[in-house]
Amino acid sequence: MTTATLEPAAEGVPAAIPFDSRADGQRLMRDWYTALAEAPARGQHVANVFVMGNAVEILRTFDFQLVFPEINSLQTGVRKASEEYLRLSEDYGMSPDVCSYVKADVGLILKEHQHPAGRIPKAHLAIASNMCSTFIKWAEIWERLLKTPTFVLDLPGQRAGNWQVRPGDAQHAADARWVEAQMRDLIERCETITGKRFDMDRLAEVEERVNRMVFHWNSVMALNRACPAPYNAMLDGLTYIGIMNVYRGTAEGVEFMRALEEQLKAKVARGEGRVAEERFRLLFSGTPCYVSMRRLVELFETWGGVFAYSDYLTFAAGGMDAGELVYDTSRPLESLAEVTALAAQRGLSNQFFAHERLEQQIRDYGVDGIVFHGIKSCRFVSSGMADTRDYLNKRLKVPSLYIESDLIDPRYWSDAQIKNRVDAFFESLHQRGGGAPLAKAAAAATGGAA
Amino acid sequence: MNTPVSRQDETDLDGLLEHCNALRLAPAPDADLLPEGFTGMLGHFPVYFPEEIAHAAGLLPVAVLGGGNRLELKHADARMGSFVCSICRSTTELGLNGSLAGLAGFVTHPICDAAKHLAGIWARNLPEQLSEILYLPQNVNTPSVVRYITAEYQRLRGDLERRTGRPIGDDALRRSIGIYNENRRLLRDLYALRRDEPWKLSCTESYLLTRARTRMPCEEHNALLEGALDAIRRRSLRAKDKPRVVFVGGFCEQPPVEMLEVIDDNCYVTDDDLLVGLRWLTTDVPEAGDPIWALAESFVERSAASPVQHDERKPKEAWLMRMITESRADGAILTAAKFCEPGLDEQVAWSKHLDGARVPYLVLEFEEKMTSFEQMAMQVETFAESLLFALA
Ligand code: SF4
Repeated sequence: MTTATLEPAAEGVPAAIPFDSRADGQRLMRDWYTALAEAPARGQHVANVFVMGNAVEILRTFDFQLVFPEINSLQTGVRKASEEYLRLSEDYGMSPDVCSYVKADVGLILKEHQHPAGRIPKAHLAIASNMCSTFIKWAEIWERLLKTPTFVLDLPGQRAGNWQVRPGDAQHAADARWVEAQMRDLIERCETITGKRFDMDRLAEVEERVNRMVFHWNSVMALNRACPAPYNAMLDGLTYIGIMNVYRGTAEGVEFMRALEEQLKAKVARGEGRVAEERFRLLFSGTPCYVSMRRLVELFETWGGVFAYSDYLTFAAGGMDAGELVYDTSRPLESLAEVTALAAQRGLSNQFFAHERLEQQIRDYGVDGIVFHGIKSCRFVSSGMADTRDYLNKRLKVPSLYIESDLIDPRYWSDAQIKNRVDAFFESLHQRGGGAPLAKAAAAATGGAA
Repeated sequence: MNTPVSRQDETDLDGLLEHCNALRLAPAPDADLLPEGFTGMLGHFPVYFPEEIAHAAGLLPVAVLGGGNRLELKHADARMGSFVCSICRSTTELGLNGSLAGLAGFVTHPICDAAKHLAGIWARNLPEQLSEILYLPQNVNTPSVVRYITAEYQRLRGDLERRTGRPIGDDALRRSIGIYNENRRLLRDLYALRRDEPWKLSCTESYLLTRARTRMPCEEHNALLEGALDAIRRRSLRAKDKPRVVFVGGFCEQPPVEMLEVIDDNCYVTDDDLLVGLRWLTTDVPEAGDPIWALAESFVERSAASPVQHDERKPKEAWLMRMITESRADGAILTAAKFCEPGLDEQVAWSKHLDGARVPYLVLEFEEKMTSFEQMAMQVETFAESLLFALA
């Protein structure tokens, strides 16, 4: 799906400054951390939310300052500070075998909320969905250590393989009814916590902004089907989804996505790719290794390999690119429940049937190979990975590479070993006659199949 | 007063326990030798599954509890990362090596992410079976939850009807609920006996007797339990000088029987969360009215607790303290299966809480496939001695 027309820049945004997705993304993230640190002084209520299934739209209508603990944890990795937080939590008693995001967050609590990016305020409310079961165990830790009131948002997921759910069918209606009941319950709790009345019109406004963000986001995702790919899904894409999450439903978020789409469209029109010579189009399945992501991408880009798509960009951005996910702002609450129920099945919990999504994306993005990144920190993505790989190898005969490290634990990154495996993978791709991207680009330029 | 158990009764009880142990070690029942009234089998993964619905459909509910410590993994090692818990890996092995080929279907639950992935593994490798996730809710506190569970159970009912080609009537469901209510009563009696006279029934024996339900129709299990309870009550065993403990952490992956025996050797286990899914509904399910609604409502209103079920009304530490208090335990054994994320997280919370409450405890990690217990035996022995010393 692509946008037919581009919107003008939002009011109050200076148009003269050229858009730089990386710098602007970093600035927005810095602004967010500043806002977090200042929330208590402003007397603002704070909510902890996760990136999958979070009812942010409702929280925004109550003016909650949003904390994304997953982003805080990954930022300890990006800023090369994770080990200290991990060790603190292991000393406290956390097992080496559990999610390192959770452990970094426990470390953060033990460090009196001092994060490398600033002070993280304590939450007045936490929302944990069941999309990743660890969210719930994580929120229970806040309940215990910080007495944070927790609301578990239960989203009925994809029940079986080849599960077809369509908006309005009986199954979707039943699931949406349950989600709506929980949204209404959540609203009551927010009213109690904040002392404010729920405002349906504000919800519609937030949804309108989410619709616009998702519209641009879908286009951004689709633009990477072009050859050469204008961005690397596992490097530039990580900045984009950070904004998709933290600024969801805000004017800044809409503007970032609008400008991003505009910039990438122009890049595609110029035939400009992420790397000078794109030789292999790849799909990355799994979560990043934030301590060494730049290095990992470098290992691939040296060979002309670009990640055109990653399922991470789908599930870690709330699953909103999965089609038909547009709020009907004339019935904001009902529509929120319907879209949330649909996103949970089409964009989030379908990770448990990952072969279905990957089969589709392999075709849509015309990839030459898949890289699976398995980590014990994240059983949500990793538990079925080896089997999915086996299935896709047999069915589609797409070459694949399996590597293991961690989200943010540097102790699991083995540079020489991973480099060897990456090099061997590319050599085998070459032997299979891959690595002739110019023919693809030429075919794409003349409208032929890539 | 009960008549003392005769030598013959004791031999019968031993034979019964042997039988239960043989059932534990055997794979799923033979699909060609199903008990009367059953046309197939439905496998289900821990923790809780509403067996009544399968039972009423004429499908024998078969709890799939992993491969124990005698199964060699030939396929699963290549299909699941080494960081996944043993029960998921061995269940995958049983699926891939054909041991579960006789099942009409396999149902798993949103207890954790590894368990949810089993549905995908089944969809890819055993497409001929009905495989699905029964999305039991992790929010049981929002008022209309019973309505949602009812819809989810009706969906399952429809799937089973299509699979067997015959409708599941309300009367059949009520009959199954009645049979399972009887089973719940017998299991409560079994646990009450352990609480009141733990010297008469070890944790291992209780586990084997309970687990037998996973391989036979519930009505048959009722008869087995009736007989066993009668014989156990008449056992003339004397109390020994052992501390009373509660055992938790065995809610999903099964601790090896040898591990339970090590604990029995040193302690009386007066309550536990072993096979808690089979005992999830704690009192009778109403036998009048809409049976599906009754099962759904019972999941919310008459249920136990576990580390993989969030419920605002039941903080896990409070639940553990209740087990300890009600079973008059002197301490607790806090276990977790290796690589079980929810179990490992809970173990930390439990131990911190018991520290604060000054309740002695022992932390153990296990794997279903473990075969060496010497070190564990030493740990348990030391713990038991320290408890006795403190009690003296
Ligand atoms: S043992 Fe733990 S991790 Fe494994 S399936 Fe059970 S709950 Fe999930």
